[in-house]
Amino acid sequence: MLCYHNLLQVNYERTYMKTKALKAAFPYTIPIFAGFWFISLAYGILMNVHGFSFLYPMLMSLLIFAGSLQFVVVTMLTSAFSPLSALAVTLLVQARHLFYGIAMLDRFKGMGWKKPYLIFGMCDESFSVNYTAEIPPDVDEGWFMFFVTLLNHIYWVSGATIGGLLGSLIKFNTEGIDFVMTAMFVAIFVDQLIKEKQKYTGIIGLGATLFCLVIFGAESFMIPSMVSILALLTVFKSDVEKSYSSGIEGEQK
Amino acid sequence: MSPMTLTEQIIIIAICIFGTMLTRFLPFLVFSSKKPTPEYVQYLGKALPCAVFGMLVIYCLKNVSLLSAPHGIPELIAIVITAGLHLWKKKMLLSIAGGTIAYMFLVQLIF
Repeated sequence: MLCYHNLLQVNYERTYMKTKALKAAFPYTIPIFAGFWFISLAYGILMNVHGFSFLYPMLMSLLIFAGSLQFVVVTMLTSAFSPLSALAVTLLVQARHLFYGIAMLDRFKGMGWKKPYLIFGMCDESFSVNYTAEIPPDVDEGWFMFFVTLLNHIYWVSGATIGGLLGSLIKFNTEGIDFVMTAMFVAIFVDQLIKEKQKYTGIIGLGATLFCLVIFGAESFMIPSMVSILALLTVFKSDVEKSYSSGIEGEQK
Repeated sequence: MSPMTLTEQIIIIAICIFGTMLTRFLPFLVFSSKKPTPEYVQYLGKALPCAVFGMLVIYCLKNVSLLSAPHGIPELIAIVITAGLHLWKKKMLLSIAGGTIAYMFLVQLIF
């Protein structure tokens, strides 16, 4: 009987821990809900207009879970069959995820069964929130990141499915709402800049990407941007590291 | 509608899933959690994120044309409002909502 009671207690505490993590995670995902629903509805509608069943946007959102690539896939599916170029385009569009993985190597350590899902669901938005969110010390980090990823995934799949089902029946009077994703990255970027120790790297990222966009154009600037960011971070390694240590001292004062 | 057969469609979608997952899982496969991560990669892990957020801001704006009307002015105003709100109040949701509502107002009613 005592043993049974303890088991109940453990179960209760586990549920409590999960609820607490969910409650902490949800507010961070509200802007993503707005952005994802707009973009994924539009994506589902686009697939519907091209004559695809709602199963396509639903399953692709479930299994790929990446905004820009899924729009490119619509073009791939409506052109001639060319698997090699599909692979090349996918790797080019998605290469930025390599950076997210490197940043999360240590954070995802010891996450057990949650780790494969956290990596699988690491789109731009999941990474941004999981990397920057200030998780309260009494909230379990693993469950927090799990719920951020899961909620984002649910928003994305549900929007795409509804868009695919209803198609062009939906009339939009929400022009400009897609700016919510830009606003989120701007706010996160400013937030990181305020934390003094991150200034140099932020300016490198913004400046190098802007430069490459001007030089290479909107279709092919991402890989040059990533290469130049890596090169600049490598060249200025000692300066950036110096700014880290002085930044920490500054915080202590 | 697609000019491909169902099998060809499935192959294309499977390749896109595989390619995406390769970019997400590769760092974790290369640097196993059992061995300590090399010093240079640890440095990149710390230095990259803020650079990445700068990159993502530009990435979101890549299709804004400065040469044709409205010359990126709504985007510029909305970004200034988002950043200004964040410097002032440091409340993430407020900055995002303020910037987005300002942008919607600008593109629907003014530009």
